[in-house]
Amino acid sequence: MAKTPQKAPSKSKAPAKAAPKKAPAKTASRAAVLKTPLYKASKSELMEFYEQMLLIRRFEEKAGQLYGLGLIGGFCHLYIGQEAVVTGLQSAIQPGKDSVITGYRDHGHMLACGIDPNIVMAELTGRASGISKGKGGSMHMFSVEHGFYGGHGIVGAQVSLGTGLAFGHKYKEDGGVCLAYFGDGASNQGQVYESFNMAELWKLPVIFVIENNQYAMGTSVNRSSSEDQLYRRGESFRIPGMQVDGMDVLAVRGAVEEALKYVRAGKGPVLMELKTYRYRGHSMSDPAKYRSRDEVQDVREKSDPIERLKAMLVKQGVKEEDLKTLDKKVRKTVMEAADFAEESPEPEAAELYTDVLVEQY
Amino acid sequence: MAIELKMPALSPTMEEGTLAKWLVKEGDEVRSGDILAEIETDKATMEFEAVDEGVISKILIDEGTDNVAVGAVIAEMTGEDEEEAAAKPAPVHKAAVPEPTPEVAEVAPVASAAPVSRAEDPSVPQGTTMTNITVREALRDAMAEEMRKDDRVFVMGEEVAEYQGAYKVTQGLLAEFGGKRVIDTPITEHGFAGIGAGAAMGGLKPVVEFMTFNFAMQAIDHIINSAAKTNYMSGGQMRCPIVFRGPNGAASRVGAQHSQNYGPWYASVPGLIVIAPYDAADAKGLLKAAIQCPDPVVFLENELIYGRSFEIPDIDDYTLPIGKARIMREGADVTIVSYSIGVGMSLEAADRLAEEGIDAEVIDLRTLRPLDTETVLNSLKKTNRLVVAEEGWPTCSIASEIVAVCMEQGFDDLDAPVVRVTNEDVPLPYAANLEKAALIDSERIIAAAKKVCYR
Repeated sequence: MAKTPQKAPSKSKAPAKAAPKKAPAKTASRAAVLKTPLYKASKSELMEFYEQMLLIRRFEEKAGQLYGLGLIGGFCHLYIGQEAVVTGLQSAIQPGKDSVITGYRDHGHMLACGIDPNIVMAELTGRASGISKGKGGSMHMFSVEHGFYGGHGIVGAQVSLGTGLAFGHKYKEDGGVCLAYFGDGASNQGQVYESFNMAELWKLPVIFVIENNQYAMGTSVNRSSSEDQLYRRGESFRIPGMQVDGMDVLAVRGAVEEALKYVRAGKGPVLMELKTYRYRGHSMSDPAKYRSRDEVQDVREKSDPIERLKAMLVKQGVKEEDLKTLDKKVRKTVMEAADFAEESPEPEAAELYTDVLVEQY
Repeated sequence: MAIELKMPALSPTMEEGTLAKWLVKEGDEVRSGDILAEIETDKATMEFEAVDEGVISKILIDEGTDNVAVGAVIAEMTGEDEEEAAAKPAPVHKAAVPEPTPEVAEVAPVASAAPVSRAEDPSVPQGTTMTNITVREALRDAMAEEMRKDDRVFVMGEEVAEYQGAYKVTQGLLAEFGGKRVIDTPITEHGFAGIGAGAAMGGLKPVVEFMTFNFAMQAIDHIINSAAKTNYMSGGQMRCPIVFRGPNGAASRVGAQHSQNYGPWYASVPGLIVIAPYDAADAKGLLKAAIQCPDPVVFLENELIYGRSFEIPDIDDYTLPIGKARIMREGADVTIVSYSIGVGMSLEAADRLAEEGIDAEVIDLRTLRPLDTETVLNSLKKTNRLVVAEEGWPTCSIASEIVAVCMEQGFDDLDAPVVRVTNEDVPLPYAANLEKAALIDSERIIAAAKKVCYR
């Protein structure tokens, strides 16, 4: 591929080819590792985190059921086990100002953005009342109103797109930050590094969030990544990294506050690696033979984010009864979403041809 | 024996240039590496260096002379070692020629082959005054006008800012709009196409320049999966108003990887608008329309036309409708449908056919998606014979699409099978003779038109 050479030919003297302005020399110090302090939450905040994580868990369990019943088709990627990541991160950003983008495992992110569970579930069942009128499906959901920009099915694409959203924040000077979520699998895509480069070069307000759930479909991080400490993947771009316990919502929240402070100060992007785990297969059709049942069980017993927070709440004097009431409320919300999703009609046949283009030509 | 100094080519597509200044005079002694003269084109000024040592014996072309053909002898010098010099067939011009890379390609404005009889453009009111500008200038003016009107519009790509555009299409934009809105990217098509698409989703109106569309294959996922499908997948709530633009199609002697027409590729994708203009007025009017458009647009330019001059109406905010073909020349005997560079060849063919008594109508599709089938079918109804001329491969082409439309919707109007005139079905070769053999030309269009007229 012939490209413009770095140096203009020496014979040239057109003003167009004036020597490019030299960027100031950079210091030799490598990218920093940011601190990851625990967040000190009030009791009511803890209850909110708990409810949010529970909602995602129950919603996803229900989605799994509906898939089994044939009401949800295609690919369906559940978020069970990873709830603390999105709950902690989303609790720290400013709705209406910041933007969020992720890949195809997106149901949890939508709920954490405050999007109505009914229209998310109705999209999963492909109904007219779904958030994309039934035309997007599990992997392609968006809500510009909530600052949620998808919902993207191509692994890694959301990282460049999210960097573009951050570019928009800086361009519009609206003070917003983009949270661009992706997995350990996506972290091996080339465009991720193209985006890292430009994000740091242009000091864009973006937090790159790697949800490291240990498996890219069936391939473990160690089998796919020469540098398996993913928070270090930004080093050669001078992007500071942080490695966080993604099973602890308070660790997540504490870390993202540090990241936001850095990014909002105009210093450029931060790379966060959240160590987490998904209990289910990659998608509903994945029997997850690449790991042992014991491994999954071990994580569930020792590090489940919801159980962990529940224990903390009980320790702080919250009654089991109250937690049960909350669980019932969440189950009811999810049940209603499922009923809504099942009862809503399918899209009108004419919808096939709408929204291809915005305008008529 | 004198060594001939010849006008150097500064790029693969340069045919002529201006000898701006002599830095030596007759009788001067020169050494290898001395600067002899300055050569200017509309894109750049280059210095012309001596390769041999000797004395300038004669200056044949005065400084300030325009339109000096590449290869013309501009001066003579006497070599120090006459024998050696005689053995060398004046290799001097090679010294000043940079590596023929596309970024410095296309320089001299080539006089357009103005068609003898051209249809009036119905979108231009009668009595409108006209100005002559190059396609390159028209494209730049379109961007500048839209950037003045709308703060959300910005231009991003490789070498678009400080270098003023690899093909000088963005010349002057950095000076007027500053680095915030005219942005040099690293060489990273996949990444910046995604950043552009994301910025569009976030409410901006990016114009993303690909140095050529050949490099956009690295970014095609964002053009199709991210940009084209967003509105549909979101049920109409998230848009991606972005323009991907740059030169497309075969350039000149740059070989297979740099010579390809992506019109049919993108035109097959629902959710995209695909525009491929021919002349300067359409380049301006349609690029403005593309930037204003709420949908994602692939805007395919042609390097070989950048330097051609055409008349453009003096109309403020000159914007053309997307999706409308244009009858470039009216005729009664046969319809020639084309787009982009093929339109010029078709007009040339039509003029020559007229000499042989065949009255050809020439249609410039201008927009490849959505395709203006109505204009094509109406013309077919009139002429009953149709040829499609496309600078691109034949298989699954715009030409094959037009053939299908004529067969499905214009079958009763056809007095002869539609004939496709396209490039040969091979990767584009480098050798001059093979390249010529692979590409369409007016001769082939003439032959096809005669064939459908049974002449």
